[in-house]
Amino acid sequence: MKHVNEKWLDIASLEDIPRRGGRVLKTAGGCIAVFRTVDDQVFALEDRCPHKQGPLSQGIVHGASVTCPLHNWVISLESGEAQGADEGSVATFATQVRDGRVLITEACLRLGQEADA
Amino acid sequence: MKEKLVVIGNGMAAGRALEELFERDPDRYEVTVFNAEPRVNYNRIMLSPVLSGEKTYEEILIHDDQWYADNRVNLIRGEEVIAINRDARKVISRAGTVAEYDRLIVATGSLPFIIPVPGKDLDGVLTYRDLDDVDAMLAAAEKGGRAVVIGGGLLGLEAAAGLKMRGMDVTVLHLMPTLMERQLDQSAGYLLQSAIEARSINVVTRANTHEIVGDGAGAVKAVRLDDGTEIDAEIVVMAVGIKPNAELAKEAGIEVNRGVLVDDNMRTSDPAIYAVGECVEHRGACYGLVAPLYEMAKSVGAGLAGDDSLIYGGSITATKLKVTGVDLYSAGDFAEGDDREEIVLRDASQSIYKRLVIRDNRIVGAVLFGDTADGPWFFQLMKDQTDISEMRETLIFGQGFAGAGPLDPMAAVAALPDDAEICGCNGVCKSKIVAAIDGGQTTLEAVRATTKASSSCGSCTGLVEQLLELGLGDAYARPAVQSMCGCTDLGHGEVRRLIVAKQLKSIPAVMQELQWKTSCGCAKCRPALNFYLLSTWPGEYVDDQQSRFINERVHANIQKDGTYSVVPRMWGGITTPDELRAIANVADKFKIPTVKVTGGQRIDLLGVKKEDLPAVWGDLNAAGMVSGHAYGKALRTVKTCVGNEWCRFGTQASVDLGVRMERYLWGSWTPHKVKMAVSGCPRNCAEATIKDFGVICVDSGFELHFAGAAGMEVKETKLLCRVDTADEVMEYCCALLQLYREEAHYLDRMHKWLDRVGMDHVMEAVVEDADSRRDLHARFVHAQKFAQNDPWEERAKGQDAHEFNPLPITGLEAVA
Repeated sequence: MKHVNEKWLDIASLEDIPRRGGRVLKTAGGCIAVFRTVDDQVFALEDRCPHKQGPLSQGIVHGASVTCPLHNWVISLESGEAQGADEGSVATFATQVRDGRVLITEACLRLGQEADA
Repeated sequence: MKEKLVVIGNGMAAGRALEELFERDPDRYEVTVFNAEPRVNYNRIMLSPVLSGEKTYEEILIHDDQWYADNRVNLIRGEEVIAINRDARKVISRAGTVAEYDRLIVATGSLPFIIPVPGKDLDGVLTYRDLDDVDAMLAAAEKGGRAVVIGGGLLGLEAAAGLKMRGMDVTVLHLMPTLMERQLDQSAGYLLQSAIEARSINVVTRANTHEIVGDGAGAVKAVRLDDGTEIDAEIVVMAVGIKPNAELAKEAGIEVNRGVLVDDNMRTSDPAIYAVGECVEHRGACYGLVAPLYEMAKSVGAGLAGDDSLIYGGSITATKLKVTGVDLYSAGDFAEGDDREEIVLRDASQSIYKRLVIRDNRIVGAVLFGDTADGPWFFQLMKDQTDISEMRETLIFGQGFAGAGPLDPMAAVAALPDDAEICGCNGVCKSKIVAAIDGGQTTLEAVRATTKASSSCGSCTGLVEQLLELGLGDAYARPAVQSMCGCTDLGHGEVRRLIVAKQLKSIPAVMQELQWKTSCGCAKCRPALNFYLLSTWPGEYVDDQQSRFINERVHANIQKDGTYSVVPRMWGGITTPDELRAIANVADKFKIPTVKVTGGQRIDLLGVKKEDLPAVWGDLNAAGMVSGHAYGKALRTVKTCVGNEWCRFGTQASVDLGVRMERYLWGSWTPHKVKMAVSGCPRNCAEATIKDFGVICVDSGFELHFAGAAGMEVKETKLLCRVDTADEVMEYCCALLQLYREEAHYLDRMHKWLDRVGMDHVMEAVVEDADSRRDLHARFVHAQKFAQNDPWEERAKGQDAHEFNPLPITGLEAVA
């Protein structure tokens, strides 16, 4: 994510994502979970828990973390790292909110390809 | 023939005097107790926590019915004694009951002082002395509105804090310039006022009440002060002080001054008559605190048992304000004087203030605000008249530092002398507690039962526990309240109670008021809070979808691959060819890979894609099927056997009953899943004895079983009772389910809840007390009004569409 001229994709209105909730963005390379926190920060992570590939987008969002619905791993929305005693991480993607629209880095479209490389 | 002992009054002093007597000589007297209140003996100093909702009446009982039975005490409730005939040695009650005595105890307590202003008799003018007063305040608080408390002393402030916690707007009027001026100096009074005002309670000092203004219909409307200010009020609580209730003794010709005069053996001017408690005057002093009453009771108990050597020599008293979150302790005498010096510690940013008054190198008074941990230590130094000149420089820093003493709290407790008073309420010293522990008591409850330590106000519980740890080492398991999660130190029970007491009606309100440590909770506490609020405020609380686990948010069970399973209801396990065809069609249409019969007598469609869920539900709805809540902490299934409709052994229509139950109960959210069953005969083919609620039909009616489970632990049900009719089954079942909904900790199955609250409690609430059962049933029926909407139908029609649809990817274009 060190692109000098980073390109952004407009994926949703901020209101499309519930506070303390998430939505799924489907890309060719896999699903991306897009979260909105209680204070309207937006984060995007690969929608696969490092534990058993659970869909993080379906978890409960608290603070800047999400709890995976399958086995309660807690993943940091900021770093993608598993919290507490668990170890593992998922890819994160840069986002920004501009004029009420949610933008995500175009790099997200390379999900899956990067993992294979 | 046994001697006859009559006791007038059934308060804490009388109760304790009897205990002291029974400990020495349980069989000497035939005992009769007259209680003007229609109750048993309860802990009057805990009225404030009852008012604020932090304790229940049951929790402050001292002597239950069993105690009176065990000690063969004849308790006459609700009868006030109106005369003592000393010549004939008889007393008579207002209802005409006459009791003869050889020995008499006058324990008539005290009366609230009513300030003689116009309007003092209006409806809504209350005092604060007993449970009737608390009930009246609670009834008023339920309607909300404004309360004025006259009196800024201990009781007035506790009443104000309690009414505030119950949701009223509260103003405290105090005649003097600072609050609690008899116990506090001005600085501490100021800090106290700030702490009270910080709870949004208005405090008006130098407020002289001129009149209580009526609304013209006999009820309170406002309080008018001397300066003309009027403060609106629906209730006015007078808490300006108490006076000994000595009238009855006076009329009987017993010597009375302010209170009933007693000698050091607590005998009145009539040697056959003792007096104890707040009604007495001893060496010129009247007391309104509990510790002196208990010391008096010791002397009375000994005297009645024939031992006059145990005399009562008066008390130095210490006071602790029982308002949660305000720590205040005062003891002794702290008026300024030429012969006195003082040591003061202030930390304004922490709101800590400590002041010791010293005379001749001895502590004569102590005021602590903000940090009261050293109160008992200072109090002990004061009572022992210890010379403090050696540790004077560090004295104010408390026991941990004074004289470079130990810092470890355990070491501090270990260092206390044997005669150090641990429990101020009950006058229990360290050696008595240690002796109990050495004698084999290993739990807090056992130490309480044998020594009384920490059984009154409970503020020394920590010290008693430390003594247990000291005596037993690792063998002592401290019964710590397990906190809900890392976001709070409060346990589930406390949170549930405070939600009710403080009328908290949203998750942010709970987190704010109960001082959550995280900004928006976690995946453990949020679902629990959502359930507690939903079950406490049906129809008012708006379900917070984002605080529900995914299964309850999308009304289907998430599977390991992220697909979902769908289980429609089959009422009582009965289905039809049309329903089966509809299920088959749905499975084909949406290419659902697995169709399985569940253990709960219905059909599970597994592997449904999330996006397909609303359409799947739409098709199932069209065939008349609704959500089976197989995904929820909710009523799952009512399993049945065919019963007397087909079976040659069947005794009742078990299918009909099962269907009726499921149709009545579905949609209800519960602390954990709830499974039910109805078996048509004791062969029990529906496996009703491993369900949360199970019915076994018999020829003569229905056996109701509950609290079974077949999870990680197999739990056999317990028998609740037998009933005659299906209507009764419904009433008992709803009442039980409601009690479980109101009391259980989130994610406790019914058997876990039962283990915690005990069989007696459930039997009492659901079986023995018909009024309680009807109330529970009514509350359940009310809650169901808001619960029985099919969540599938709502979502098939478009609700929460964002949950089921991914963000559209088409037409994504890079923006600058």
